[in-house]
Amino acid sequence: MAHILLRHRDIENIHELDVYLAHGGYEGLKKALSIQPDEVIEVVKKSGLRGRGGAGFPTGIKWGFIPKGPGEKYVIINTDESETGTFKDRELVEKNPHQVIEGALIAAYAIGARTIYNYFRGEYMDAAYRFEEALKACYERGLLGQNILGSDFSCDFYCHYGAGAYICGEETALINSLMGNLGQPWSKPPFPAIEGLYGKPTVVNNTETLANVPPILVNGPEWYTSMGTEKSPGVKIVCMSGHVERPGNYEVEMGVTYRQLIEMAGGMRNGRKFKALLPSGGSGPVITEEALDAPMTYEGLTPYGSVMGSSSVIVMDETTDMVWAALKMVHFFRHESCGKCTPCREGTFWMEKVLSRIYHGYGTERDLQILESVANQIGGRCLCALGDFAVNPVLSTIRHFFDEYKAKVSGAGQKQQATRETAVATAD
Amino acid sequence: MALIAEKYAEEIEGILKRFPDKKSAVLPLMHLAQQAYGHMSREAMQEVADILEISPTHVLALSGFYSLYYEEPVGKYVLEICNDLACALRGADEFVEMVCHKLGVPVDGTTADGLFTVKTVMCLGACDRAPMLQCNLKFEEHLDEEKFDQLIARLRAEAESGKEEPSVVEKIMAYAKS
Ligand SMILES: Cc1cc2nc3c(=O)[nH]c(=O)nc-3n(C[C@H](O)[C@H](O)[C@H](O)COP(=O)(O)O)c2cc1C
Ligand code: SF4
Ligand code: FES
Repeated sequence: MAHILLRHRDIENIHELDVYLAHGGYEGLKKALSIQPDEVIEVVKKSGLRGRGGAGFPTGIKWGFIPKGPGEKYVIINTDESETGTFKDRELVEKNPHQVIEGALIAAYAIGARTIYNYFRGEYMDAAYRFEEALKACYERGLLGQNILGSDFSCDFYCHYGAGAYICGEETALINSLMGNLGQPWSKPPFPAIEGLYGKPTVVNNTETLANVPPILVNGPEWYTSMGTEKSPGVKIVCMSGHVERPGNYEVEMGVTYRQLIEMAGGMRNGRKFKALLPSGGSGPVITEEALDAPMTYEGLTPYGSVMGSSSVIVMDETTDMVWAALKMVHFFRHESCGKCTPCREGTFWMEKVLSRIYHGYGTERDLQILESVANQIGGRCLCALGDFAVNPVLSTIRHFFDEYKAKVSGAGQKQQATRETAVATAD
Repeated sequence: MALIAEKYAEEIEGILKRFPDKKSAVLPLMHLAQQAYGHMSREAMQEVADILEISPTHVLALSGFYSLYYEEPVGKYVLEICNDLACALRGADEFVEMVCHKLGVPVDGTTADGLFTVKTVMCLGACDRAPMLQCNLKFEEHLDEEKFDQLIARLRAEAESGKEEPSVVEKIMAYAKS
């Protein structure tokens, strides 16, 4: 099947405006401009498109929250993409930038915004040249600026670059960062739809979410809902990483199983046995064999206590030490905690300390209790979701791999560690 | 000092035009300042603060908050190796060890000739191309020992030749010129 989002894989040089135009580019925008903004929102609502940044909020409903009438409004594209194991937005901005620009323009028209910002994580500067070139081409050809395509709609578009902070992917932190403040979240309400950038109504959408919008306008919402499942329609880019033969991005219809995803990625590396996978990078609970036949949808992993999230699938084989994996993830969250609330700031610090002790073979039974107790004091007590994310790797690995923790605190840990290192050495 | 005000006058003018409030320009200007001053020195922070009419203390706070600003001097080439989970599953920790051994520095250390600083960082969005690193923000992917040696040789030659290619930051900020 031809790609809907990763179209550059079928059409060479689609990052160039002429090529994009020759393949139906900006037809979605034209379609949008030919109907009322409210009707555009209605189409997106009917398509059932949900946010691809992790939370899965229905996109059309989000746009509908923006107050009607005059006044400054903003659209922000979230290209902060810093979740461990996530590299889908990078491929879009690097290889198929016009589709993202077109989606954002349709969003801006729908909500009455005259300015769009794309917030890239600072580390993506080297992936942003084509996006910047694409914007230049759009300005030259009347697709940006005053009276776009001869309509009444005018809109400017700027790129902005962060400077290394995972938390700036959280929408309110992102807005603070864009205003030159510390990149820390605020307590909602106010929601960005009412008081966002510079205090004005703002839509923040993930890069991939917006890339879905032009084909929905062109082909209609029924076309979109004919793919995927009833509650999770459409297509999704899945980032496959870890112990698979062919890591990379895969565009799939929602509802494929995790087992199929592993097969698509060439199966387990070196023919080893599957052990566990993280369906949503470091932030979602780990799942095991029993969940491999669950469909990849917003609801599919609920029975297994996990989430689809940003569909960044990190696969781990039998050689993986799960305490080590948990430590890697907790280290990430400790490093990325913005420090605004105490449970998250202090809790991630202590989780890393205790986990590190356990991993290195100095832990005791008591440490396992401390670890669980600290985790339980973070979850649900924080300002933003990062605190909850940080707890997932700990509690889910304890739930599924308690023996490994037990072995570490009973002195058998050193041996486990040696096994892992030998395994890694032979695998590479 | 007015290093960036002179060197990047057009970029700064263009960046300021992107926002209704000058303060929004602080991160891009800090990127330029780090480029010009080598790291986020007090002078660099002061210049950014002066241009944007904000307090240097605020720039200092941002400098500590974001991982891409270096508060201490660094080498000419900063090698930021990702050893986060997805890369570590494909040999990133062993790669870091190899790099440190080759360059004779610990993580966060700088080689005696001032050329290379080695850092480890969180996911860089290139997990399918591990082991990988960013060298002054440029992606270097699918690395192994041989490719790393080639990279180092290339950078040493570039440093010796004294020819300066525009950096990633300079290339990107150049798009802001009106
Ligand atoms: C800690 C944290 C990090 C996040 N990082 C990202 C990110 O990198 N990219 C993204 O699109 N959304 C991220 N989100 C979700 C955003 O807050 C927001 O829900 C999303 O950008 C909305 O866009 P969507 O509805 O199109 O998904 C993050 C959320 C949290 C709590
Ligand atoms: S939960 Fe953590 S990251 Fe989120 S606001 Fe609180 S301290 Fe910051
Ligand atoms: S984990 Fe290394 S680039 Fe993602």
